Amino acid sequence: MRHKLDPVTRKREQTFFSPPRPVTPDRRISVIPAFTPPGRPLLEVENISVFRGERLVLDRVGFTLDAGDALLLTGPNGAGKSTLLRVLAGLRKPEGGHVLWSGVDTLADRSQHAGRVAYLGHQDALKLGLTLRENLTLAARSGGGDPDSCMKSLNILGLADLPARMLSAGQKRRAALARVLLAQAPLWLLDEPSLGLDTSTMGLLGTLFAAHRQAGGIVIATTHVPLPLPNPRTLALPGLNESDIPQPMEDFPEDDLL
Amino acid sequence: MKFQIPSLIMAILERDLRLALRHGADTLGAVLFFILAGALFPLALGPSPELLRRMAPGIVWVCALLAALLPLDRLFGSELEDGSLDQLLMTGLPSPLIALAKMIAHWLTTGVPLLLAAGPLAIMLGMPAGSMVVLLTGLLLGTLILSLIGGMAASVVLGARRGGVLLPLLVLPLTTPALIFGAAALDAAQTGLSWGPDLELLGAFLAAAIPLCPLAAGAGLRAAVE
Repeated sequence: MRHKLDPVTRKREQTFFSPPRPVTPDRRISVIPAFTPPGRPLLEVENISVFRGERLVLDRVGFTLDAGDALLLTGPNGAGKSTLLRVLAGLRKPEGGHVLWSGVDTLADRSQHAGRVAYLGHQDALKLGLTLRENLTLAARSGGGDPDSCMKSLNILGLADLPARMLSAGQKRRAALARVLLAQAPLWLLDEPSLGLDTSTMGLLGTLFAAHRQAGGIVIATTHVPLPLPNPRTLALPGLNESDIPQPMEDFPEDDLL
Repeated sequence: MKFQIPSLIMAILERDLRLALRHGADTLGAVLFFILAGALFPLALGPSPELLRRMAPGIVWVCALLAALLPLDRLFGSELEDGSLDQLLMTGLPSPLIALAKMIAHWLTTGVPLLLAAGPLAIMLGMPAGSMVVLLTGLLLGTLILSLIGGMAASVVLGARRGGVLLPLLVLPLTTPALIFGAAALDAAQTGLSWGPDLELLGAFLAAAIPLCPLAAGAGLRAAVE
């Protein structure tokens, strides 16, 4: 894949951005590791580039994380935080770059990589007609966790037999977080985990994060508010540059489009 | 391996069947359409028993084909909208198998009720009892083919604007062989000819669809979440 993707990226850049955009140092993203880990880091992200339509949303993003690390992705709306999480989850193929887990490309075996990842998307992915317990069955089957204890640790065990349509937004978010626990995976990818949570649940979340990192897990979360994650590394994705927005072609005046 | 493929497929099936039971009206929609559309033909063609008996194979097959199309739009659409498709892919089940599980679920919730309703509809149209076995065998194969091809088309148009319009345009041409052989088998049975070869061709079509459709659908699902 490597040899195929890079020429594509280059070609696209030349096609859609004219003149070719000079790479300024501040556009490059780098995270300086807090310490140099001995041996190979657990998660290595190399030069991830992603196009959305004709726009380059992620431009050679790279970082490495070790067991027990946490990374906060920040940046303005549309900076590509969710896209980066989807790339890390293996849901989206990047146009360039690699994600390595213990030195092995995660795209080599997507099923195996899915087993290492617990992904919390923007949406809670609950079926409104099913009870909470039924909603979590599939995740329990694939991850091997115990639904009751996971629901208990997020304080929603009492709601287990209610249909999801009766739950509030915060309770649904907690259910989605219970699914993350059920996956029993070392890599947590959380897209705005705090969405709709109250203060006491934020406290619970802090405990869960700490336990996960204690056990050697990695937490990567996008957020706009402070999360109960002590000593996180942060990666600030730059927002949209004016020059990156494709300009409407001047050959087509608006009258012609009607 | 942390998970077992058969147990995950069963979990998806269980989930979909539960959802189908909870939303009974949606599930029955296809069958009601099938019966109603079939019942309209005598009103439009006139009550001549001879004419209806001649037309019955075609009517039953065309109505079944159209009825099976109805729930296809939501088969993967609802999963994509609420983010469940991401979670399905994150179970680690290869995407063709996810698609296959959803196709089986479509057959169980749409194909089987259609099979059950086909008998009464055929009797209503005056089809002789002797050709009932041929009708049901043909429809058993036919509904399976419809679920496979329909599921494939549904995943291909997933995420496209106007996917609902594209869907019949994709499915109907691909299912014409099933329609032709299925109705031809019935025709042969009514006129006393040998209907075996037609059903065998239907079976061959199904045998090709079983491995190919889930593969294409799996690729469609992957593309939809990108």
